[in-house]
Parts: sequence; C-alpha cells; structure tokens
Amino acid sequence: MIEIQNVHKSFGPLKVLKGIDLTVEKGEVVTVIGGSGSGKSTLLTCINGLEPIDSGRILVDGTEVHARTTDLNRLRQKIGIVFQQWNAFPHLTVLENVTLAPRKVLGIDKAEAEAIAEKQLRHVGLGDKLSTFPSRLSGGQQQRMAIARALAMSPDYMLFDEVTSALDPQLVGEVLETLKMLAEEGMTMICVTHEMAFARDVSDRVAYFHKGIMAEIGAPEQIFGDPQHLETRAFLASVR
Amino acid sequence: MFNTALSAADLVFLAKGAGMTILVTAISVAIGTLLGILFGVIRVQLGAKLSLPLTFFLDIFRSVPLLIQLVLANAFMGMVLRLQVSGFTVACGVLSLYTAAYCAEIVRGGIDAVPATTRRAARSLGMSWMQDMRYIVAPLATRIALPSWIGLALGVMKDSALVYVVQVTELLKSTQILITRLQEPLFLLLICGAFYFLISFPLARFGGYLEKRWSHD
Repeated sequence: MIEIQNVHKSFGPLKVLKGIDLTVEKGEVVTVIGGSGSGKSTLLTCINGLEPIDSGRILVDGTEVHARTTDLNRLRQKIGIVFQQWNAFPHLTVLENVTLAPRKVLGIDKAEAEAIAEKQLRHVGLGDKLSTFPSRLSGGQQQRMAIARALAMSPDYMLFDEVTSALDPQLVGEVLETLKMLAEEGMTMICVTHEMAFARDVSDRVAYFHKGIMAEIGAPEQIFGDPQHLETRAFLASVR
Repeated sequence: MFNTALSAADLVFLAKGAGMTILVTAISVAIGTLLGILFGVIRVQLGAKLSLPLTFFLDIFRSVPLLIQLVLANAFMGMVLRLQVSGFTVACGVLSLYTAAYCAEIVRGGIDAVPATTRRAARSLGMSWMQDMRYIVAPLATRIALPSWIGLALGVMKDSALVYVVQVTELLKSTQILITRLQEPLFLLLICGAFYFLISFPLARFGGYLEKRWSHD
C-alpha cells in the first residue's frame, strides 16, 4: 500500500505540491491526469524518493520514504518507475539493460538474471531484440524495454510518468497495450498520463490534479461522466 | 646520392632515447590519469564552489609553462627540501601532475555529459551511487572523454621532450647530442620525427579502434 499524507513540495519559490493525500491499495490502478505543471509527475518522483519533500509523509508498505533511516536503494527495488524519456543505457544491449540491476542490485547470477530478463522482454514483445543496442530500437520499443527493465526487479508497485508523451503517435498504442496487460495481471500502478481513453479503460480510480492540488478523485465513470469540480470539467473539455 | 655518418650504434642510441620518452610518458600518463579521474570525480561531486581550492591548484599546473615547472620542481627538491631526487623522478612527478590537471577537466566534462535522466533511471532501479558510477557513468563518460584523452596522452608524449632540463636523455635530447657530433641537423630531425610518429601512431589508431568498437549506430 502506498500512503501519501499531506505532502508539500516546492522547487525554490515554486510550490508544486500543496498538500496531497492519496492512498493506493495493492492491486489498484490509479491514473493521474491534469495539465502540465499540475505536480503530477513530481508526485511520482517523490514516491520513490528521487525527490525530497518539504513536509508530509509518504509510506510504502509502512516504510516512510523520506525518513533519514530509510534505505532508499532497497526501497526502490520494490517500486519500479518508467519515465517519459525512456533512458536506455546506450552502451548495453537490450538484454544487458534489463539484467544489469537484477545482477548488481539483487545479486542474482548471470544465467538466472538473463532468464528473468528474457521472460520480461518477451512479455513486452521484445523477445527478438535481446542482443540489439537501444540506438537500433524505435521509441516505442525503447519504452517497452524500459518497462521490462523495471519489471525485471520484480517490483510490487509500478509508477509510469507520461510514458507515451515523447512517442510518435503510431507508437503510443503498443506501449499502452503493455500497460493494459500489466494492469490486467494485477500490478499495482500509478500512471500519470495524457491518454484519456487509456485512463478510462484501465483505471480503478482517476485523480485530477490542478495547480498542486488533487482537485478530484473517483471512479473513471464518475470523473469522465460526471466531473464534480469546475476545473475538471474545463480540463476534460479542453482535451476532448 | 646521400651520404651520412649515422651509424647503427647511433640508431640504437636514438632508440634508447625513444625508449626513455615512452617510459616517462607511460608513467606520467598512467599516474596522471588515475589522479585526474580522482580530481575530476571530486570536482563533480563537490560542485564548483567547494572544489575551488582544488581547481586553483590544478590551474597552476595548466597555466605555468612545463619548462618552468620542471626547473622549479628540480630546484625545490634539491635546494629547499635537500632531497637527492633523480631527474627522472622529478620529470615523472611534474608530468604526472601536469597530465592530472588536464585529465581532471576531461573527466569532469565526460561525467557532466552523461544525461542526468540516465543516471536517475539507474538510481530508480535501486543502484547505489557507486553502482551508478561504475556501471553507467564510467563506461559512458569514458566513451565521451576518449578522444580528448588520446589527444592529451599524445600531447604529454611530445611535451616530455622538455624533461631534458632535468637531465633526462629522452628522444629529442638524444637527437641533439647526435646533431652536435654529426652536424647533420635536418636528417637527424627527420629521423627523430619519424621515431615520434612511430610512437604516437599506434596510440592514435588504438583510440580510433575503440571509438569504432563502442559506437553502435
């Protein structure tokens, strides 16, 4: 379970998160929508401790992420994150990209790590690209590789930060299909996205962020069918 | 058509000088690179402000002519510290620091060129700072820094000609000795130049080979 309690975060004078409260249960898929600068991506980087927070608490399975005593490297092993820019390790093959962390962080031996990586890469449809270098892959393939790389650590939670935003339109579908598949398999996910159809289809709950505040959260039918908040209505009208 | 007094023994003498050039260069580049990596990483980690003293220290070695550094270091060892240090040691010591000063900049540039987002991806997989440095930053920065480093190594090799001022008989000094005796300056400088080329060429080619091997495009 991920518990976000009254989290505030600013970059210099800019207040990005102004008291966010959100609890995500095991097996739940929560999508976060909202305009740019609404703080939704920042929230994800705070959840796995890549960014410090100003006040409030984030608990992952009861462990406080920003507590001084928390071993972040250990905590991050159970929280996979995939970014808008897929950030392949360009000097490693697809297989090596995926085996690196399991081998070095989890200490799994090479053969076993490769077996895990192959399974995950086949899972995202890259079973035939094992010895290819990332520069030879399309954006969509690199993004799916990044997903496999995160999955190879067997995380309990997956965070997706606008994973289709940097892709050519014709490549968006293949990545969204991969996310849908994960959601159907029961992975606990928080997805920041601009893909409204995707949000409606896969989410258990949809959260609408506006200027650092979670203006509204509810079932997708409610958010998309009967938004309560004025801002939510305006936002949904603008993206339709 | 062409008469020269150059004997086989003279060629061996030149080859020995070339050997000294290679030795001084190899030692200095090896020590200088290790120190340069250390200084470069320290500079990146501490940031511009905190590493100012180190930057200032390294700038001295980058801005004072090598010839002056060699003479002063030699005098300092003998007259101030009253240490019996061989010219060879002084030469290697000064050239190492000189190399380190330039190498630190190359290393810093290489590390800075690794995208922050790539490093963040590594950390988000649970890798520690050290693992990120070792498995992501080091290989990527090495690829970026290699051409500059090869240039530095070749430069140090040629700059090592100056160590004659601390009584080290390297390739150029050996050539000068022969010129004084044989009075054939142009011919001997031609041969000396050929020796330098023979030393540099494999290093430059090796750099080219590595660059090619590392590019996956």
